[in-house]
Amino acid sequence: MQEIAAIETGKAAAALARRARRAGCGPKLSAALLVLPLLLFVLVAFAAPIAAMLARGLADPEVGPVLPRTLAALEGWNGAALPDDAAFAALVEDLRDARAAGTLPVAAGRLNHDTAGLRTTLVASARRLAAPFEGPAREAVLRADPAWGQVETWGAIVRARGPWTDFFLLAALDLRRDATGAIGPVPADQAVFRTIFVRTFWIAAMVTAITLVAGYPLAALIALARPGVSAVLLFLVLLPFWTSLLVRTAAWMVLLAREGVVNHALVALGLFGAPQQLLFNRFAVVIAMVHILLPFMVLPLYAVMRQIPPIHLRAAASLGAHPASAFRRVWLPQTLPGIGAGCLMVFIQALGFYITPALLGGGADQMLPYFIGFYANQTVNWGLAAALSLLLLAATLAIVGLYGRLVGFSAVRTA
Amino acid sequence: MRRSFLAAAAAALWLAAAPASARDLTIVSWGGAYQDAQREVYFRPFSQATGIRFVEDSWDGGIGVLRTRMQSGNNTWDLVQVESEELLLGCEEGLFEKLDFARIGGRDHYVPEAVHDCGIGTILYNFVLAWDRAKFQGTPTWADFWNVERFPGKRGLRRGVKMNLEYALLADGVPANQVYATLRTEAGIDRAFRMLDRLKPHIVWWQSSAQAPQILGAGEVLMTSAPNGRITNANRTERRNFGIQWAGSLYTIDSWVIMKGSPNAEQAYRFLAFAANPQVQARLIPLIPYGGTAKGANDGLPPDLLEVSPTNPANLSVSLMIDDQFWLDNLDRLSQRFNAWLAR
Repeated sequence: MQEIAAIETGKAAAALARRARRAGCGPKLSAALLVLPLLLFVLVAFAAPIAAMLARGLADPEVGPVLPRTLAALEGWNGAALPDDAAFAALVEDLRDARAAGTLPVAAGRLNHDTAGLRTTLVASARRLAAPFEGPAREAVLRADPAWGQVETWGAIVRARGPWTDFFLLAALDLRRDATGAIGPVPADQAVFRTIFVRTFWIAAMVTAITLVAGYPLAALIALARPGVSAVLLFLVLLPFWTSLLVRTAAWMVLLAREGVVNHALVALGLFGAPQQLLFNRFAVVIAMVHILLPFMVLPLYAVMRQIPPIHLRAAASLGAHPASAFRRVWLPQTLPGIGAGCLMVFIQALGFYITPALLGGGADQMLPYFIGFYANQTVNWGLAAALSLLLLAATLAIVGLYGRLVGFSAVRTA
Repeated sequence: MRRSFLAAAAAALWLAAAPASARDLTIVSWGGAYQDAQREVYFRPFSQATGIRFVEDSWDGGIGVLRTRMQSGNNTWDLVQVESEELLLGCEEGLFEKLDFARIGGRDHYVPEAVHDCGIGTILYNFVLAWDRAKFQGTPTWADFWNVERFPGKRGLRRGVKMNLEYALLADGVPANQVYATLRTEAGIDRAFRMLDRLKPHIVWWQSSAQAPQILGAGEVLMTSAPNGRITNANRTERRNFGIQWAGSLYTIDSWVIMKGSPNAEQAYRFLAFAANPQVQARLIPLIPYGGTAKGANDGLPPDLLEVSPTNPANLSVSLMIDDQFWLDNLDRLSQRFNAWLAR
């Protein structure tokens, strides 16, 4: 009887434990299920495409499957002199097969990214070597296109053997490997990306500094104003925020045009005798970017300032602090988290600006995203576009990481 | 027995033929206002005249699109309008049918530049020097374009290397027929970049075609390079008074191609024969200022249309065709050099 009671008690205890577990688990599980669609969406629509695109900066899949025998014959080739006859014979076979299978164009396009003219060299050689020929393969290949007599042509094939490569990453840093595999700088007339990186970060830093200087007093004004006034001011800050970026950029084109509002005003005021060139330069880019990004600086600053009790400043004053000293020692330190959050948001967004510099800037004002778009769309060199994106992302993450180390994310308050 | 065999054979034939006849002739072009004009001028009149039904599609170009269609084995396009570069690449790769010119009037029926083994040009258009007649009297040449001492003011050029090197050499006095021969030497490329160097501080770079008439109209530049169609359209719709310098302009041709293995090749040929008629082609230019490619497409045009027609012999004879082979080989390298030059 006692045994039965014990069993019953055990059963009840187990059931109780199960119920308790379920009660604890239930909310967690249902919360997870509720978040699941969002998680899947982010993975499928955001993380996966970005990862796939970035992988293209490291992958080199085009040439390997098309010229397998040539690459096998080039295994162990030192890159100092032309390869041996076996490589030439393998090339003939590969070109014939690729031409028949229709796989040559993509590989030829990839090699043309490396060395100008190789696209035509491959396609024309394949056409000329398709028919049977007399004599050794080496002579026939050299007859088909003299480019095969240059070491660098073979070097380009070896560089593109894949499946992974540092070719695009090196190119994005103005570096390249020669036929022997040694890394060196690209010719001076081809070097562009280091300048672009420095310029991109410089413009972003400049825009961040100006938005801070302009946004800080504005945020303070909103935070300290009477509720009615502060609501109006806040609305005015948010109004452009709700307007499309493209529209705001186009508005600057109208304002700054040679026959635009600003020029008319300057001439009417007698500041200039004739209209000035205000568009298509760094000034136009920076002023439009500051305008577009200002809310991202004002809002976190305002959020932090609103929480500073006004009594602090009064207390400082009553203890005899000069207003400047009260600001510097009481007010400013309490707004630091807002400054950090605002600067971080503005800086990172500024790094990615594309439309505004493209429409308002000159030749020397284009930022990195313009070049990513250029290589993706104009020369269809996705490897290089991906490598540039990869470097931009890495640099951005490094800055965020640095910020986390120096300031700490717990201090970031945005609302 | 015999009857039922015949019926079965007929059914089998019908089934085999079904995929071909199930699909109407599919014509693919660039969409937008241009394809609307093509529908008015070519597609509908062709369908009415022959009773052949068609469906339309549009695309943005890119040889990869055509490659994928052919490789997937599920190509539903018959007649496609392609740019010159796609014509060159696709013909080389065997994506298009080789044309039988005897069926579409013969090679001599067209201006010679429009004839290609795999395609027949349908429109010819130019990248010209344009200026605002309200602000500049006379007709400037590329040499004047470069001469900022004599004609102070900004100059508009497309932000990119293609065509600008050609303009630079023309401005430097290289004869049009020597431009690409010069660019095929390193010294020639250096010479073109030196010319661009001289003009660099005075250049306003435009990016999309619509920007060219915009910066010209807004007075940002005194002269600009521009697609001829954009300039004529600005004159027509915005009542601008822009001038076009045809001498030293560069032109390119868009062509019709028949996709390899198209089951509607027969109908496609009949369309091309219809579209070859110069009187039909002449109806396009009042709508869109692109030149017809059949000889005689400009005959009988009123002077105002003749003036803006790229295939008007007076305009065509002083223009230079863009060398696609040169740019296919060199665009990667020269773009890189151009970007580096621009960044300095």
